[in-house]
Amino acid sequence: MTTVDETIQDVAPESNQELKSIAQQDYKYGFITEVESDTVPPGLTEDTVRLISSKKNEPEWMLEWRLKAFRHWESLLDKEQLPDWAHIKHPPINFQDIIYYSAPKQKEQLSSLDEVDPEVLSTFEKLGIPLEEQKMLAGVAVDAVFDSVSVATTFKAKLAELGIIFSSFSEAIQDHPDLVRKYLGSVVPYTDNFYAALNAAVFSDGSFCYIPKGVRCPMELTTYFRINTENSGQFERTLIVADESSFVSYLEGCSAPIRDTNQLHAAVVELVAMDDAEIKYSTIQNWYPGDENGKGGIYNFVTKRGKCLGARSKISWTQVETGSAITWKYPSVLLQGDDSIGEFFSVALVKGRQQADTGSKMTHIGKRTKSTIIAKGVSAGQAENTYRGLVRVNPGADDAWNFTQCDSLLIGDQCGAHTTPYVEVKNKSAYLEHEAFTSRVSEDQLFYCNSRGISVEKAHSMIINGFCEEVFKKLPFEFAVEATRLLELNLEGTVG
Amino acid sequence: MTTTSPLDTYLTDFAGAARDYQAARAGRDPDWIADIRAEALDSFQELGLPTTRRGNEEWKYTDIRPLVRQGFTAPTIAGPGATPALDLDSLNVGSASWHRVVIVDGRYTPELSALDSLPDGVVTGSLAEAVHSESDAVRAHLTRLADHKEQGFTALNTALAADGALILLPRMAAVEEPIQVVYVSTEQTQGTASMPRTLIIAGEDSSASIVETHVSMSDDAHLTNAVTEIVVGAGASISYCKVQQESEATYNVSTTQVEVNENANFRSMAIDIGGRLTRNNLTVIMAGEGSNSDVRGAYVISRDQHVDNQVIVDHLVGHNDMNELYKGILDGHARSVFHGSIIVRPNAAKVNAMQVDKNLLLSNDAEADTKPAFWIYCDDVRCGHGAACGNLDDDSMFYLLSRGIGEEEARMMLIRAFVSEIVDAIREPSIHDHVAALIADKLDNL
Repeated sequence: MTTVDETIQDVAPESNQELKSIAQQDYKYGFITEVESDTVPPGLTEDTVRLISSKKNEPEWMLEWRLKAFRHWESLLDKEQLPDWAHIKHPPINFQDIIYYSAPKQKEQLSSLDEVDPEVLSTFEKLGIPLEEQKMLAGVAVDAVFDSVSVATTFKAKLAELGIIFSSFSEAIQDHPDLVRKYLGSVVPYTDNFYAALNAAVFSDGSFCYIPKGVRCPMELTTYFRINTENSGQFERTLIVADESSFVSYLEGCSAPIRDTNQLHAAVVELVAMDDAEIKYSTIQNWYPGDENGKGGIYNFVTKRGKCLGARSKISWTQVETGSAITWKYPSVLLQGDDSIGEFFSVALVKGRQQADTGSKMTHIGKRTKSTIIAKGVSAGQAENTYRGLVRVNPGADDAWNFTQCDSLLIGDQCGAHTTPYVEVKNKSAYLEHEAFTSRVSEDQLFYCNSRGISVEKAHSMIINGFCEEVFKKLPFEFAVEATRLLELNLEGTVG
Repeated sequence: MTTTSPLDTYLTDFAGAARDYQAARAGRDPDWIADIRAEALDSFQELGLPTTRRGNEEWKYTDIRPLVRQGFTAPTIAGPGATPALDLDSLNVGSASWHRVVIVDGRYTPELSALDSLPDGVVTGSLAEAVHSESDAVRAHLTRLADHKEQGFTALNTALAADGALILLPRMAAVEEPIQVVYVSTEQTQGTASMPRTLIIAGEDSSASIVETHVSMSDDAHLTNAVTEIVVGAGASISYCKVQQESEATYNVSTTQVEVNENANFRSMAIDIGGRLTRNNLTVIMAGEGSNSDVRGAYVISRDQHVDNQVIVDHLVGHNDMNELYKGILDGHARSVFHGSIIVRPNAAKVNAMQVDKNLLLSNDAEADTKPAFWIYCDDVRCGHGAACGNLDDDSMFYLLSRGIGEEEARMMLIRAFVSEIVDAIREPSIHDHVAALIADKLDNL
C-alpha cells in the first residue's frame, strides 16, 4: 500500500522545481525613467541640510529642527550607535556615498498636472497609479513622490471643500506652518533612532494630511513613492492628523528601478488621532528586492508610529511587505487616550536573499486600551524573515487587553523564520495573550489538493492566500485584490 | 587618582583567589584540570561579568550591577574541617529516604550524605575526589558542555569550583529512589560567593530522578554561582528538578547545560521560591534523534524578589519533541523574566516544539517580562509558542463565590490551580509532595 508520505515524495521533485521558480520570480517594476533631474552631489554635511532646506524655501524653524536632527545623527554616527539588534546582515553603509536630494526638473510652480514632466507621468501610468483626475479611478486621491519630491497631488480641491488638507509636505510647510510645527516630531522625535534622525535632517518631501473635526474622508488617500535616480536615498516623511471624530483611510505604495547597487530608503510616518478619531494606514511595499544572488535592492529602514492621543481613538496599520532587499520596520501605536485601540496586520513575504525584520510595538498607557497584532510571515528561497514585536503595559494602563498572533510559513529548506516577541507587563489587571506557530505547508493539505487534481503550485498559492487572508481582509477593497495578485506573482515559481 | 569600579574589585579579588587555589592544588590535582582552571581564569578576566546595560540582550531585564555592588568576596577554600552541626530536616529540603549528597559551604560532607543504598555501579559523591582519582568519565565530560569561554559566570565557577557533586549512572542502571544534591550555605558564607559544580552522567538506557537543592541557613546575603552539566545518554530517562529555596537576600546565578542523546528522555523542573535575585540559564541541546524533553518551571515570588529564566533548546538534529511550560505567580514588587529560545538548525527536520510562559500578577507593583522566541532554519517543523499574562479570572471567582466559598479561599484555590499544572507534572510522588508543600508554604506567606 502506498502511504501518504510516499505519495508526497513522488510529487516532491516537481514541487522543488516549482519552489525554485517562485523564488526566481522577476520584478516587474524595475524600469528606469529618463528624466532630467536636479540632483545635489553625494555626501551629507551641515551644508547639505541647509541646501535642501533652502531649495524648499523653508522657514527658519524648520531649518533649525533639521540641523538639530543632523547634529544628533552625526553624534550617533560618531559613537557608532547604529541599530544593530535586528536579525539582518548587510555591509556597512557609507552615508557619504548617498545622494540626499534629487528632483525631476520642472517649472517653478505647478498649477496643473499638465505641467508635470510627461516622462514622470508616464512612469506612474506604467505603475498603474492614476494621477489624472478625470480618470477618477475608484475615487482615490493620490500624492505621487518621485525621488525626493512630490510631483502631483490629485483631488486637492474636492478634499478642500470638506476642510481636508492633503498635500505634499513641502507645500504644507508653506501653507500650514502652524499645524506642521505643532505635530512634526511629536510622535517620532528626531532622537528616536539613528534612521529617524537621518530622515529628520534630510527629508525632502512626503505627504501631509489633516482631517478636521467630525469629517469622514470620502475617498482613500494614497501616496505613491518611486525612487528613480541611481545612488540616491529616499527620505520622505508623512504626517497625518485626524481631529476629533474624524476618519481617514490612507494607503502607500512604492517601487524602484532595478539597480545593482543598494539604495537606502529611510522614511518616517507619524499619525496622530484625537478623541474618537480613526486612522487606517495601509502599505503595499514592493521596492526592488535585488536579484536572486542578493545583488542590489532597497534597504527599507522605516520608522512608523501612531499616537492615539484622544480617548476612544483608533489607529490601524496594515502592511503587505513583498519588496526590498532588507525591511526594517515596526509600525507602532502609543495608546495614550483611555479606551483607545491599536491594530497591526502584516504579511511579510521574503524570497531569494531578502531579509525582513518587522513587527509592531504596542504601548498601553491609557486605561482600557486594546491592541491586536496579527503578523503572517512567509519565507522562501534563502530568505530570512523575523517577527519582532513588543507589547508593553504601563503601570497606569488598567484593564489593558492585547492579543498577538504571529505565524510563519516556510517554503523550502534554505530559508529561515524567526519570532522574537517581547511582552512587558506592569499592571496586574492587564490581559495578554500571545500565540505563534511555525511550520511548512501541511503535507495533508497538499495531498488533499493534489488528489483533487490541483497542482502543487496552485495548491500552495491557495494555502498561502488562505494563510494571509486575515490580513488581506483588512486592506481597502481595491487593494486587497492587488495584494493577493502581488503575493501570487511573488510566489510564482517558488513553491512546491 | 584612579577609582576602582566594583567590577574591577571582583576581577582582582576573584582572580587572586583562583591563583591561590591553583597554587594550593599544584601537584595534587591532575594537569588537565589545572589547565582548564587556568584557561577559565583567563576567560573570566577577559569576559568579566555582564554588567553592561546597553545592547546587552541576554541581560536586558536583569541588572546584575546590584549584585556586583554587594562586593561578595571569593570563597575561602579551606581543606576539610569539622563538620558543621546542622539538621537537614529543619531546613525542609526533602525526604530522608532519598539518596543524598550534601555539600556544605562548598565541601562534600559525607557525614550528612546518605549514599549507602545506591544500586551497584552507581557512583555518587564528591566531584573533587573523582577528579583527583582520575575518573575517565569525569575527564571526558567535566567542562565539555558548560562553555567557560563565552560566559563570565561559568568561567568564574570553572576557575574556582573546589568541590561539587558527581552522579554517574552506568549503562542500564535504574535508581528508584530520587538522588538529591543539597548545597547548603551556612552563616559562614555571609558576604561570600560559592561555586557549586554538579556533573551528572547518565549512561545508556539508565534512569533516575535527581533533585538539586540550594538552601541557606541564615538570612544573610551571599552569592551562589552554580554550574551543572548533565549528559543524558542514548535511551536514558532522567528527570531533574532544581529547587531554589535560599534566603531572600541571596543572589543565585545557575547555569545548567544538558545534552540529550538519541531516544533519550529528559524532564526538567525549575522551582524558584527563594532568593533575592535568581537567574537560571538552562540550555538543552537536542543532540540525538528520537529524543524527547519536557522543560518546566514554576516561580512564586513576592516582595523584592527577581527571577529570570533563560531557556534555550537547541535542536541540532531532527525527529524529536520538546515541550516547555513556565508559570509564575508574582506578588509585591516581584519581577519575573522569561526568555525562551527554540533553535531548529538546518536539516533538523521533524521537530515538534512548544513553548509557553504564563504569569499571574497579584500586585500592581509586580512586573512580568516575557520573550518566547524562535530561530528556525528548517522548513519541516511544527513549532508553536504562547505567552499569557493576567489577573485571576473574574468568571471563575464569581463561580466560586456563588457556591458560598469565601473570597480569600476562592482566590487561593485559583492560585493553587494555576501553579499545579507545573507541579503535577512531577511524576515521582515524593518529589511531587515535597515541591507541592514548598509552594503551598510560599503561597501562604505571600
